[in-house]
Formats: sequence, structure tokens, C-alpha cells
Amino acid sequence: MTVKLPIYLDNQATTPVDPRVAEAMIPYLTQFFGNAASRNHSFGWAAEEAVEIAREELAALIGASPKEIVWTSGATESNNLAIKGAAHYYEKKGKHLITVATEHKAVLDSCHALEREGYEVTYLGVQPDGRIDLDELRGAIRDDTVLVSVMFANNEIGVLQPIKEIGAICRERGVVFHTDAVQALGKVPVDVAELGVDLMSMSAHKMYGPKGIGALYVRRGRPRVRLQPLIDGGGHERGLRSGTLAVHQIVGMGKAALYAKEDLDTGKIDEVRRLRDKLWAGLQEQLDELYLNGSWDHRLPNNLNISFAYVEGEAMMMAIKDIAVSSGSACTSASLEPSYVLRALGVDVELAHTSIRFGLGRFTTEEELDYALALIVEKVRWLREMSPLYEMVKEGIDLKSIEWAAH
Amino acid sequence: MAYSDKLIDHYENPQNVGSMDKAAPDVGTGLVGAPACGDVMKLQLKINDDGIIEDAKFKTFGCGSAIASSSLVTTMVKGQSIEAAEQIKNSDIAAELALPPVKIHCSVLAEDAIKAAIADYRKKRAQQG
Repeated sequence: MTVKLPIYLDNQATTPVDPRVAEAMIPYLTQFFGNAASRNHSFGWAAEEAVEIAREELAALIGASPKEIVWTSGATESNNLAIKGAAHYYEKKGKHLITVATEHKAVLDSCHALEREGYEVTYLGVQPDGRIDLDELRGAIRDDTVLVSVMFANNEIGVLQPIKEIGAICRERGVVFHTDAVQALGKVPVDVAELGVDLMSMSAHKMYGPKGIGALYVRRGRPRVRLQPLIDGGGHERGLRSGTLAVHQIVGMGKAALYAKEDLDTGKIDEVRRLRDKLWAGLQEQLDELYLNGSWDHRLPNNLNISFAYVEGEAMMMAIKDIAVSSGSACTSASLEPSYVLRALGVDVELAHTSIRFGLGRFTTEEELDYALALIVEKVRWLREMSPLYEMVKEGIDLKSIEWAAH
Repeated sequence: MAYSDKLIDHYENPQNVGSMDKAAPDVGTGLVGAPACGDVMKLQLKINDDGIIEDAKFKTFGCGSAIASSSLVTTMVKGQSIEAAEQIKNSDIAAELALPPVKIHCSVLAEDAIKAAIADYRKKRAQQG
């Protein structure tokens, strides 16, 4: 058995473009290159038709009407448009927003930008399992609250928020509900009508589509959600997002959505879950002092985030360099601060330094998984053999009893 | 981040990993850093009556640069006098491994570990009279 190295287990960072998706895109670069806004010749018609088919494909994945899809450059733009766009449009109603400490930077920084404009933002904390407390959300909503933004699934720990319950609370209080669903699409069923979502950010490259294209779902039915656009121009996308449509990218996102739905409908995602469960079970069987970060029950089927106590994350990544993963360790970031998401869960900073995120995907094979498991076990043992902390713990020393000199 | 070949070699094939009896009178132990900061180094030096470092062992919790810095330090101090070992500067370690700027603190920690191990040895000697 030979496994092709390196093995990609970082599918929460990005995913490879599915060859079927890439193939569908190519004709729209060379052959059908028209501007979808050109109404007077066949080049334009072909482009427009492709864009509308993709819109239907994406809408079908989330139970929306095609008219509710706005193409953007990616989820960062979608989050900016949703949050700033809604805040600005509903400014007269109020200037208060609610979000969560574990959100993606694109959400948090959009909120910070609004704060500088005079808006007020409440950042909800999370429980140790990474989920918000619904009563805390209820208590945080005020008469001047215009938007609640809570992500569907967290990018680091894969924890799923109670979206349907949040949707019901927001609907009852007449507050617009935005969710960043980038990580959830194609991994868990997402139906905007059932969930009571008003605005939803999506990205192609997390679901085997190309980078540089995303979309925002904007509810048109009751209640209709209005936004102030971020970009001025030719009035594309019903005026919400001006700019010539990137037809080949849009075609790619449409096909990516089509195959993401197929993963859910055919049970392919259950196979991914089986491999993820096998990895976790195998690690627990062979290693001690492992800590799962975030809820197990409310979690994406392809995510595992574990702290390997007494083994620093970056050293671990160097040791398993044939496997591409991510770490919440400070040493992997420019800021030298460990993951703010793990800190929000109340994970000890010591353990945050030892966290590794595994993101399985559509193309992960059993052979790759077995290879990865064996390598991880071997390297964790090797690094623990080298770890003074592991040695001290095994000698019965309580690490908390030692006066460490912070540096 | 691109690491030097020398750093990667010291990380993948670390020299002198292990522990010595910390109660032995001729062993000085330095434990520096903090788990909360993401790196802890334990450096042990076995020093003879002539003040020569006969052996060095380390264990390190930390990133690849911290492990490589510790490994390098053990090879630098072996066979040296205490006085010569004390002269080793973090900049020597950083230069040898071509540490990137964000990893300079690893070399500082390694220098601290040498000083701490020697201080522990001297304390033991003083207590013995």
C-alpha cells in the first residue's frame, strides 16, 4: 500500500477544486467569455444563462429562491455586506448589533468597523462546548438591536450553533439574523426557510469550488431584508453588488453546490464522518492526555480539534510534515497569541498551544487516514519523550504548583 | 516559514535528549520558560571537579526552533569550561540556526537555560561547602 504524500487534512482552510467543477468552468474562460450584462448578443446570453443556472444550483443547496442569491468575491465580502449593509440600512431603527466572540475575523472586524462609526456591539461569550447560551442571546436583544450574527459552524473547532433556535428568537423579536455558513455547506443540511435565516454568507472554495467567489443569501420573502450596498457601480445583482460577474467562477460555485448537495443526499458525508470518528477513536486508543476542543455532539462531521497535552503545536506540525493540518498554537501565528476561539471556550492557554485541527474532506481516503493516524501516534510519543512537562507529570509533579517565569 | 537546514536537522535529529539525576551533586539543572508561553526548556549539565562540562542533556516543550536551539546548545557546551559556556550568547545560537526574527526568543531561552543550569550547579557546590 502506498500513500501519496503529503496528505491534505486541512479542509477547513480550503478545499481542492473538484475536477468536475474545474471542467465545467473552463469553457467560460475561453469559449463563452461574454459579459453577462451584454443583452444584445449571444455571447452575453450564454454567460447570463450560465450565471442563472449556477444561481439555481446554489439556491437548491440551501432551500432558497434563486432571486435571493447575490454573488460576491467570497465570504469575507459577504460578511461585510451582510453586517455593514444591514446596519447601515436599518440605522434609523437602531444602532445595536449582537455577535459572538468565536466568530470569524471577517465578522468581528466588520463589527469593529461599525463600532468606530458609533454603533454598539454585544459580543456573546460561549459555553465550554463552544455553543452560545440562548438565554444570554434573548437577554442581549434590545429595542434598538438591528442584527444578530452567529456563525453556523466554527472554522477552528467545527462546533455547530443552534441556528434554528436563534432564527426563531430573532424572528420573534423582529431582528435580522445573519449566519456565516461557509463551513457548514455540504457537511450538514442547510435550509434557510426551516432555519429562519435572513442573511447567509457562503464561499465556493470551502466546498470544492474555486477561490475568489462567494455569495450572500438575502431573504426576499416575509420579512424582506434590505441592505445598503458596499460597492457603487453598474447596479449588478439588483444593485447590491456592482461589478462585472465572474462567470467562470460563478459556474464553478454552482457546480460546487450541486456536488455538495450530492454529498449530503448520497451519504458521502457519512463516509467522511466514519473516517473522522476512526481517527479520533484510534488516537484515544493509543495516546493519553488528549483533549477534544468543542462539542462532540454538535460538530461538523469532518472536523477534529484536539489538544495533545505537553506537545507544542508547531513542533507537532513539523514532526508530521507529511500531513497538512493547522494549529491553534501561538507559534504558528504572527501575533504569538494562541487561538482566540479556544481561549473563548475557556481552554487553558497551555492546552491551546498544543491544539491541532484536522479537517477531512471529500477526497480523504481510508489509506491516508490510517497513515496519518500511525504517524501522529509515533510523533506524539517522540515529542512527549522529549517534553520536560510530560516527564514531570509522569513523575507526579503538578505543573500548576510550579512558579514559572513568564517570558 | 522557511527554516534553515541546520535548524531542521537539529529538530529532526536532536542531540542529547534525555535526563540526568537532578539530585546528583555534579549535575546542574536549569528549567526555564513557561507552559503558558508555549515553551519550557530543561537543560542539565554534568560538571567535573575541574569545572569542565562532561555531559549535557535536554528536554524541551516548544516549537521546532526551541527544540533545535536546545539541541544545539548541548553540543556547544559539551567539553567546555563553565566560564566558556557562560559566554555563549543568544545571538550565537540565533546566527548558527538562522532563526527567523519571531523565533529569537527561543535562543534567549536557550541562553537562559545554560545560565540557570550553571547557577544550580554552583548553588549545590556552595551548599556542600
